[in-house]
Amino acid sequence: MRVTFTVNGRPQEADDVWEGESLLYVLRERMGLPGSKNACEQGECGSCTVRLDGVPVCACLVAAGQCQDREIVTVEGLADYAKERTAGACGAGTCGPGAGISAGIGTGIDEARQWQARPTDESVDLSPIQQAFIDAGAVQCGFCTPGLLVAADELLERNADPTDADIREALSGNLCRCTGYEKILDAVRLAAARQEA
Amino acid sequence: MGTANTPTKITQGTRTKGGIGESTLRPDGTLKVTGEFAYASDLWHEDMLWGFTLRSPHAHARIVSVDISEALAQAGVHAVMTHEDLPAAKTYGLEIQDQPVLADGVVRFHGEPVALVAADHPETARRAAAKIKVVYEQLPLVVDEETATAPGAPILHPDRDDHHAPHSPHPNIVHRQPVVHGDVAAAQALAEVVVTGDYEVGMQDQAFLGPESGLAVPAEDGGVDLYISTQWLHADLRQVAPVLGLPESKVRMTLSGVGGAFGGREDLSMQAHACLLALRTGKPVKIVYNRFESFFGHVHRHPAKLRYEHGATRDGKLVYMKCRIVLDGGPYASSSPAVVGNAASLAVGPYEIENVDIEALALYSNNPPCGAMRGFGAVQACFAYEAQMDKMAAALGMHPVEFRQLNAMSQGSVMPTGQIVDSPAPVAELLRRVRAMPMPPEQQWLAAGETADVRALPGGLSNTTHGEGVVRGVGYAVGIKNVGFSEGFDDYSTARVRIEVIAGEPVATVHTAMAEVGQGGVTVHAQIARTELGVTQVTINPADTRVGSAGSTSASRQTYVTGGAVKHSCEAVREKVLELGRAKFGSYHPAWATAELLLEGGKVVTDGGEVLADLVDVLGGEAVDIELEWRHRPTEPFDLRTGQGFGHVQYSFAAHRAVVEVDTELGLVKVIELACAQDVGKALNPLSVVGQIQGGTTQGLGLAVMEEIIVDPATAKVRNPSFTDYLIPTILDTPPIPVDVLELADDHAPYGLRGVGEAPTLSSTPAVVAAIRAATGLALGRVPVRPEHLTGT
Repeated sequence: MRVTFTVNGRPQEADDVWEGESLLYVLRERMGLPGSKNACEQGECGSCTVRLDGVPVCACLVAAGQCQDREIVTVEGLADYAKERTAGACGAGTCGPGAGISAGIGTGIDEARQWQARPTDESVDLSPIQQAFIDAGAVQCGFCTPGLLVAADELLERNADPTDADIREALSGNLCRCTGYEKILDAVRLAAARQEA
Repeated sequence: MGTANTPTKITQGTRTKGGIGESTLRPDGTLKVTGEFAYASDLWHEDMLWGFTLRSPHAHARIVSVDISEALAQAGVHAVMTHEDLPAAKTYGLEIQDQPVLADGVVRFHGEPVALVAADHPETARRAAAKIKVVYEQLPLVVDEETATAPGAPILHPDRDDHHAPHSPHPNIVHRQPVVHGDVAAAQALAEVVVTGDYEVGMQDQAFLGPESGLAVPAEDGGVDLYISTQWLHADLRQVAPVLGLPESKVRMTLSGVGGAFGGREDLSMQAHACLLALRTGKPVKIVYNRFESFFGHVHRHPAKLRYEHGATRDGKLVYMKCRIVLDGGPYASSSPAVVGNAASLAVGPYEIENVDIEALALYSNNPPCGAMRGFGAVQACFAYEAQMDKMAAALGMHPVEFRQLNAMSQGSVMPTGQIVDSPAPVAELLRRVRAMPMPPEQQWLAAGETADVRALPGGLSNTTHGEGVVRGVGYAVGIKNVGFSEGFDDYSTARVRIEVIAGEPVATVHTAMAEVGQGGVTVHAQIARTELGVTQVTINPADTRVGSAGSTSASRQTYVTGGAVKHSCEAVREKVLELGRAKFGSYHPAWATAELLLEGGKVVTDGGEVLADLVDVLGGEAVDIELEWRHRPTEPFDLRTGQGFGHVQYSFAAHRAVVEVDTELGLVKVIELACAQDVGKALNPLSVVGQIQGGTTQGLGLAVMEEIIVDPATAKVRNPSFTDYLIPTILDTPPIPVDVLELADDHAPYGLRGVGEAPTLSSTPAVVAAIRAATGLALGRVPVRPEHLTGT
């Protein structure tokens, strides 16, 4: 089947999608958006969390066919999404066209080969929650990070001043194996504080 | 060249920023938060095939026949391989090559790889694998010590000829290490109070989030390039090349983004399989395990049964200890011999006990293969000896912390292996610190005000209690872990460092084969280069096998050993740069010849802070590029009868205090707080150090109350290979983890640092269980503690 939907503000079309194909597979293997991660593929770890019409969902549990004519936001579109939200240009999940998403398929081997650790690049536009994750040391291996960012961003959108219990509740569907969660809590608190400032 | 003959003073503002001791941020942070970081499972290649592994449904069986014809006939399938198609070596292993690449005539565990498929779509590969017809004849199982050593027990490796075999008491015992010190028989007469206990540790899984993945690309020279998530590229290379029948020069490995490891990526998973399929098909082949397969695709923490006996005088001095530790290694050796060595040599814990009699061994069995996991043999022992410490303290009527402090080892203490501890061992101080931290408030569910917040109670949002039946307990524990590889292993690392002027700026480049698995090695390498070379801009090259081995990212060793190699190479580069400087500018200022010179803030300065030259001017168009190996001081093997020997290069220590609340009616535990104090020698990056301590603490919490791979004893099959059924702590299960970091330098280590990653995993588990015991009064000799253990149902 053919599925037509919007990903990070850009209209997308996927052909020959079979009935069992998940949104996660379509994003990662067809749209060239590997940011949503494949850690359990049964909705337990939250690594593939994306916004579907504004609602955080595990992309592994959503059939691609369910996304017909709907809006998806992934970690790759988070910075633009947050920017447009701040500008008041959109309601939840209905942001206009984003930019900067390279259409390709996965990460090419040359890109992977040429990857180099480099100092935090201040020229890259990040959403407040993305910057806070870096600053608070909430990123270690980083595999859980994209899902956590999408979930945390949604929390801060509806609750600008969350308590620790609110943060824990909102992120309880996202497993992290490296950090012990303390620095993730720090990051969400930091983003909330900066949002207020 | 203006600065060369007009010296100025360097000021605070012009010193190099981002050196050691600062909480500099991860260089890969931006890529990781934008979703651009290339993890192994994200790799893609034009014309790429997907590999899939067919695994055994039985734990021990003879393979009667394999028919691949139907699978091979499927549209889109490019290759199906069994052990008959292997071009060269048929087995591999970290130390002993006893693990088949593909099962050859017999399977020895549930999930053992039997056949491989390469197809144009992952689903096609899965469906084709299901068409492979394998006929099995089940064999009797070895599942524990009794079935392993019974007369007539099935011998899992009847032809074993490894170097442990001659001194192993039974062919189904991989390795046995006794440690005897002093005279236990004589000391038993002095003991006024004796406590004994039987303990059991379940099988924990590393449960790293990024699944095992890699992409193998066949090369024109008949070799193969592998992009892989691993902990040690060169160990993979050493094992994979013989399987492919290729020289190591034709197998090139590059590290891809690694989503956590914790020991689970020390052994090969899909490395050889992907390369075999790529060479067979002539096409790039990618393999990505799903979570189900991941539970079968890597080794786990050894489950253990431990029996301990301690004797003390009435005034609280420990006089002897006897213990026996039986670890289950599963069917293949993996790192079991080294795990046995650790369990035996660290079995006494961070205490001074003159007379000990220790025996540790690992079994071959048909349970899942076990190997490295954070804590590596020390975790199991720590759970048991810390339970014993509480038991003894109670028997003596002493406070558990004061009893531990009374017996705590310190610098100068003698280990049961005879090794003198020649660096700080602040065991009593760590306990003091963790005890002194402020306690969390009582009945936190009431803290919100009039309405109790059920989220703060055991059971949380399930709303199972409003505080009735909830009791609080506090528990303490401390542990000792070795850092680095032990027992005479040549534990070296290699670093290549280059300095040159790029776009008018001095830039350093660091190239090592260190696997960055999330621990932050790339961050500290840049910090070390800044500190030693006085430059701000440092590039960390991708890790690959074009540079010498860095050893494994495990045993808390990388900052010590590869960090040491980076420091060592930087020092050599600095010397060379200073030589260039002397040749160019030496005649301008006598300090070039007479003073101790440093590189700071992009300049050559004297140790008095006087600026002699800009690095840019010294280097000009030249680059200095040096690759060196670095070793820590050597260790030696333990004597096989007595366990004596200088086996460990460094020890690290952490202490925990756990506060828990238990709903005694439902057996639900909420850990309220898990405070930690740890000595790190020198915190190269304080932010990362605290992150490591909190992460390690949380894995210990998981072992205490929820994490276990459940193996059916009747079939040796894994019952819970998924994140639905194997539970790791969520943010709701994990309490605040306040951390108190102590920095007592180890003079033998670079910058005085001490490996950090593993120690917090040890004491966290027994501290939580001690707190549950304190809350409930139950003995609780097994982890994980489950609700039925608390309710007696």
